[in-house]
Amino acid sequence: MGIQFSLGVVLAIAVAALVGAQVKGLQYVLGILLPYAAFATFLVGFVWRVLYWAKSPVPFRIPTTAGQEFSLPWIKQAKLDNPSTLPGVLGRMFFEVFLFRSLFRNTKAELRSGNLVYGPSKWLWLFALLFHWSFFVIAVRHFRLFMEPVPGFVQLFDHLDGILQVGAPPLYLTDVFFTLAILFLLGRRFLDAKVRSLSLPADYFPLFLLLGIAVTGILMRFFVRVDIVGIKSILVGLATFHPTLPDGIGAIFFVHVAFVSTLLAYFPFSKLMHFGGVFLSPTRNLANNNRMVRHVNPWNYPVKVHTYEAYENEFRDIMKDAGIPVEKE
Amino acid sequence: MYDLNKILVGLAIFLLFFTFPILYGMGSAVPAPKPKLDTPEIQKLTDKKCVEDTHFMRTSHMQFLNYWRDKAVREDQRTYDSKLNGKKYDISLQNTCMKCHSNKKDFCDSCHTYASVKPYCWDCHIEPKAAKESM
Ligand code: HEC
Ligand code: HEC
Ligand code: HEC
Repeated sequence: MGIQFSLGVVLAIAVAALVGAQVKGLQYVLGILLPYAAFATFLVGFVWRVLYWAKSPVPFRIPTTAGQEFSLPWIKQAKLDNPSTLPGVLGRMFFEVFLFRSLFRNTKAELRSGNLVYGPSKWLWLFALLFHWSFFVIAVRHFRLFMEPVPGFVQLFDHLDGILQVGAPPLYLTDVFFTLAILFLLGRRFLDAKVRSLSLPADYFPLFLLLGIAVTGILMRFFVRVDIVGIKSILVGLATFHPTLPDGIGAIFFVHVAFVSTLLAYFPFSKLMHFGGVFLSPTRNLANNNRMVRHVNPWNYPVKVHTYEAYENEFRDIMKDAGIPVEKE
Repeated sequence: MYDLNKILVGLAIFLLFFTFPILYGMGSAVPAPKPKLDTPEIQKLTDKKCVEDTHFMRTSHMQFLNYWRDKAVREDQRTYDSKLNGKKYDISLQNTCMKCHSNKKDFCDSCHTYASVKPYCWDCHIEPKAAKESM
C-alpha cells in the first residue's frame, strides 16, 4: 500500500512537471516561483522545528550509553561512550554526526534452526554513510550552478568527484554511490519482512523522491543532455534575485527542480528532520554528569521542604529524652 | 527555550550553509556568457552552421567529441557525414573544431569557466595558437 501510494505521488509530480514544462508561463511557476516557495518553507520550517524542540525541558541526563560511566579512580571510564565532560561530548557527537557510530552498533536478530541468534549487521551503516556523504558532496557540487565565479572549494569537490575521468562529461563517483545506496535503502524495505512490516508511506516517499532526483540528475548529465549554461543562468538568477528564464531548457530539468522543491518543502515536516534532530539527541549530546552537577527539574513547583536539620532543631529535646542520637548537642 | 545559545549557533551554521550561494552573489546580476563566433574561418562560411544542429552542439558537444574520438581511435573512421547538411568533416578535435573555433578563449573557455568545467583534453591535444599566446 505505502509503496504504491508513495511511488504514485512521485510519478504524479513528474507528470505534472513534464506537462507544465510545455507552457512558458508554467515554466516560470515551476522554475522560479516553486523553488523560491519551497526554499523559504525549508528554511523557516527547519528553524521553527528546531526552536520547537528547544522548548522541551532537559531535566536531567539520560545515560543510555555503551560504556562505563565516570566512577572511582581505579575504574576505567569509557570517555567517548560515556563522557562526563564537554570535550567528551563533542567527541561523541562528532562520531555520531559524521560517522553514525550508533548505527555501527546495529545488530540483526535471526532465527537459525529454531534458535534466535543475534549478529552484527554493518550493511545498513555502510550504505547510510555512503548515502549521506554522497548527498553532501552532491549538494556542494551543485553550488557551481548557483555561484559565479565558482569558488575554489566547489571546483575541488567537482574535480575529486570526477577524478576517474570516465567519459565526457566525466562520471561522478557520488552519482554511483548515491544511487546504489538509495536502492539498498529501498530494497531493505521491500525485501526484509521485518522492516517492511513497519514501513509507512512516510518511509517510502522520501526514498522514491530521492531516487527520482538522482535519476533525473543522472539522465540530464549523461543521457538527455540539457543546456547547462542556460540552466546556470536560471539558478544564478534565483540566487541573486534577478530571475531569468531562457528558452530551450529541457523539460527534464523542470522535473528535477519539481522533485527538489518537493523535497525541500516536505523536509521540515518529515522524518528527514533527523538532520537537525541528530544534534538535539539528548542521549548523545548530554554529558553524563548526573552525580556531579545538580540538575534542577525546570518544571518543579516550589516544594515545601523540611530538612533534617530543622527537624532535629524542632524535636531535639524529645529525641534526647527518648535516647535517640542527635547530630548537634 | 533550553540551551538556546548553543542551538542558535547551530541554526546560524545551518542558515549560512544553505544561503551561501545567495550571500555570495549579494544580489548582483551576472550575465550568462556569449561565446564569440567571429573567427576568420567562420566568417568565410556562407552558411554559418556547426557540424551539427546548434542546440545539439550546445548541450551535447562533449558526448559528440567522445563519439568522434571513438570513431577515430577505435574504428579508424576519419570522416564524419553531418546529419545536418550532409557535409563531410574530418574527425579531428584540433583540425576541425578548433579550426573554425580558433578563438578557444572566447568560445570554449567562456562557457567552461562559467560552468566550472576544465576539460582535460588539452593535456595532450594542442590548443589553437591564438588562445595559447593570450593565456
Ligand atoms: C565549419 C566550421 C565549424 C566547425 C568545424 C565546428 N563548428 Fe561549432 N559552430 C560553428 C558555428 C558557425 C556555430 C554557430 C551556429 C549558430 O549560431 O547557429 C557553432 C556553434 C557551436 C557551439 C554552440 C555555441 C553556442 O553559442 O551555443 C558549440 C558548443 C560548438 N559549435 C562546438 C563545436 C565542436 C565541439 C566542434 C567539433 C566537433 C565544432 N563546433 C566544429 C562552426 C563550426
Ligand atoms: C555554450 C557553451 C559552451 C561552449 C561554446 C563550449 N562548451 Fe564545452 N561544455 C559546456 C558545458 C556547460 C560543459 C559541462 C557539461 C556538464 O557539466 O554536464 C562542457 C563540457 C565540455 C567537455 C567535457 C569535459 C567535462 O569536464 O565535462 C568537453 C570535452 C568540452 N566541453 C569541449 C568543448 C570544446 C572543445 C569547445 C570549443 C570548441 C567547447 N566545449 C565549447 C559548454 C560549452
Ligand atoms: C592522454 C592524452 C589525451 C587526452 C587527455 C585526450 N586525448 Fe584525444 N587523443 C589522444 C590521442 C593520442 C589521439 C589519437 C590521435 C590520432 O590517432 O590521430 C586522440 C584522438 C582524439 C580524437 C580523434 C582524432 C583527432 O585528431 O582529434 C578526438 C575527437 C579526441 N581525441 C578528443 C578528445 C577529447 C574531447 C578529450 C578530452 C575529454 C581528449 N581527446 C583527451 C590523446 C588524448
